[in-house]
Amino acid sequence: MRAGTSAATPRLSLGARWNNFQRRYAPYIFISPFFILFAVFGLFPIVFSLYLSFHEWQPAAGLGSMEFVGWRNFTDNLTDPTFWQSLRNTAVIALESGIPQHLIAIPLAFAIHMGLRRVQGLVTALYFLPYITSVVAISVIFVTIFSWQYGVLNVLLTGLRNLPLIGGLFPAEKINWLGNREFLQPAVASVVVWRYVGWNVVLYLSGLQAIPRDLYEAASVDGATTWQQFRHITLPLLRPIMFVAVTLTLIGNLQLFEEPYIIAGDSGGIGNMALTTVMYMYRTYNFYSDAGLAAAMSWLLFILIGGLTFVNNRVFGRGRLSGSD
Amino acid sequence: MKKHVLIVSALLLASGALAQQKKTITVGVFPDLDSVVKAALPGFYKTHPNIEVKINSLAYADHHNALTTALATGNGANDVEAIDFGYVAKFAEGGGLVDLSKAPYNAAQYRNRFVAYTFPQAMTQDGRMVAMPTDIGPGSMFYRTDFLKKAGVQPTELNRSWDSYIAAGRKIVAANPGTFLIPDASEVATIIIRTGLKSGEGLYFDQAGKVLVGPDNPRFVRAFTVAKQIRDAKLDARAGAAFSSDWTTAFQKGNLASEVSGAWLVGHMQNWLAKDFAGKWAAQQLPGNSYTSYGGSFYGIPSQSKNKAEAWELIKYLTTDPSQQILAFKTTGAFPALRAAQTAPLFNEGVPYLAGQKARVLWRQAANQIKPIDVNRLDPVAEQIVSDSLSAVLDGSKTVEQALGEAQRLIQRRAR
Repeated sequence: MRAGTSAATPRLSLGARWNNFQRRYAPYIFISPFFILFAVFGLFPIVFSLYLSFHEWQPAAGLGSMEFVGWRNFTDNLTDPTFWQSLRNTAVIALESGIPQHLIAIPLAFAIHMGLRRVQGLVTALYFLPYITSVVAISVIFVTIFSWQYGVLNVLLTGLRNLPLIGGLFPAEKINWLGNREFLQPAVASVVVWRYVGWNVVLYLSGLQAIPRDLYEAASVDGATTWQQFRHITLPLLRPIMFVAVTLTLIGNLQLFEEPYIIAGDSGGIGNMALTTVMYMYRTYNFYSDAGLAAAMSWLLFILIGGLTFVNNRVFGRGRLSGSD
Repeated sequence: MKKHVLIVSALLLASGALAQQKKTITVGVFPDLDSVVKAALPGFYKTHPNIEVKINSLAYADHHNALTTALATGNGANDVEAIDFGYVAKFAEGGGLVDLSKAPYNAAQYRNRFVAYTFPQAMTQDGRMVAMPTDIGPGSMFYRTDFLKKAGVQPTELNRSWDSYIAAGRKIVAANPGTFLIPDASEVATIIIRTGLKSGEGLYFDQAGKVLVGPDNPRFVRAFTVAKQIRDAKLDARAGAAFSSDWTTAFQKGNLASEVSGAWLVGHMQNWLAKDFAGKWAAQQLPGNSYTSYGGSFYGIPSQSKNKAEAWELIKYLTTDPSQQILAFKTTGAFPALRAAQTAPLFNEGVPYLAGQKARVLWRQAANQIKPIDVNRLDPVAEQIVSDSLSAVLDGSKTVEQALGEAQRLIQRRAR
């Protein structure tokens, strides 16, 4: 041992120092890509949009033209009838598309789980297909289906109308699905339902597979019918996954953009009935060049979604679950 | 040996000097305007051997979005930027684009050489000029000669006035079951709103920024009323905006008796929209002596460009050179904004798709009749609000007066 050198300050060898450095800092370097990417693409836009929401800014005029306006963007939005209409539209379309999604997906997942065990993968993939297909392609096809003069749906209805006996149940004239106030929102909602049912089926299937088989076996030994099994085993044990699925639907539906945008066009369709809040935000930024107003709108929407998710959490969430168990 | 060294070094020096002189500039452009620029380059290189041009073409919306981002951040714009008419007012704000009316550009000297309404479109309220016009879309009415014949209607009945247009339309639709007079009633309102403006008046705002939309403005009342008459008479296909799915299908099936649009529509019709109906369509002026423009393209230079002199050379070539403007017309059918280009023999030739009709003469007349319209920064907002209130009138949920009153309030709210 070279006692002479280590007596004063213990000078470590280069290798040991390198080891030390690695042990201390290497983990940070290894996880840094996430934080760097998050800071650039996640945190910065969020902070910038908050900053922006208190400014008036026309993007094409350059960053220098930003002007502080305080809460004006928020108050302007809150007193804008079109903003409130967009919120109403969003809520209606969210409900019209959100509730059927789950009412269809839960029994469907149960049926696939119980009955179609061999072809389960194939059936699930088929239902999942709309979810991974380009939303533009989907919406373009639905626009053609809903077309007033030339749409498949109206051709079908006319065909049914010509049937004897039941023909009277169908409308005598072609329905202008996308050009009528009362039909536009259901039309958009139906596309959303069609697209997301598969996604929910997959979620519920994974939930169902987590339920132990022996519960069902015990129940059927006790003579429980399929309905009773569904009602008393499946539904209660599916609650955690239902909570997840409903939360995802809630957040997704309140941010609805692509489907209404492509079906109704950037004008929001007849009477602005398909103008969702995110579409209005996009319009405010892109066509009205009012970035501050649009940023404030996004924060108002954020507050709304946050509030509703909180309520959902209180009603269906973990707390209630453990209490009821 | 020494001699060789001398020659080699001389060559090296020469090539170095050449490389130094040659400058590369970039042009940001969208389809089909990109093919116009591409076609222009061989001619441009002959007169400007020291400039190399690189074309950056993006889809229509992407191009304008990219330009917005570049202007917002002050970074990433091309040396020359193509700008569609609909975006000019937006980009005119702030100092994102250089003022071409000032030295060294002095674009104002070219003003008389262009169709009168084009320059004001690119001017801001404080008198800056942000872009040079290159092509225009003079409005024209297209109609099906065979449908008219069957109904015993003369083409003049369609364009004498809006009333005669509707009356003729009733006869045409009655004689040709399953057809429509026009894709959407709102198109008529759009034209009427754009015609008969007082001097110095914009579409929705006057020079002082006062909102013109309202139930007491005859221009809007008439526009809404006529559109409503067409809708009530079931003469329109309710196809919504141009290029919507219903609009396209109606054209392709040959169910439309007339359409009002820019002269450029013929290009779409012969290439894909109504290929099967060549020779059955004809053109005439818009009803009621209306002259209006449908779009147009411009070129501007972003302030951030480092090659402004070269960029201006290219813009001058693309916009003020008659042979180049004629070449552009041949390439994509883009109607020249430069008047000298409109007198080329080509414009007196018949259009094969329109059964050999000399329609370009008509369009030239229309182009020179169109009045300049003052633009306002809030035009897009007002346009959207007016279009919403028009659709409420058309589907019967509001009266003309109610809808215009509400539109007035909504626009005033935004004009803060």
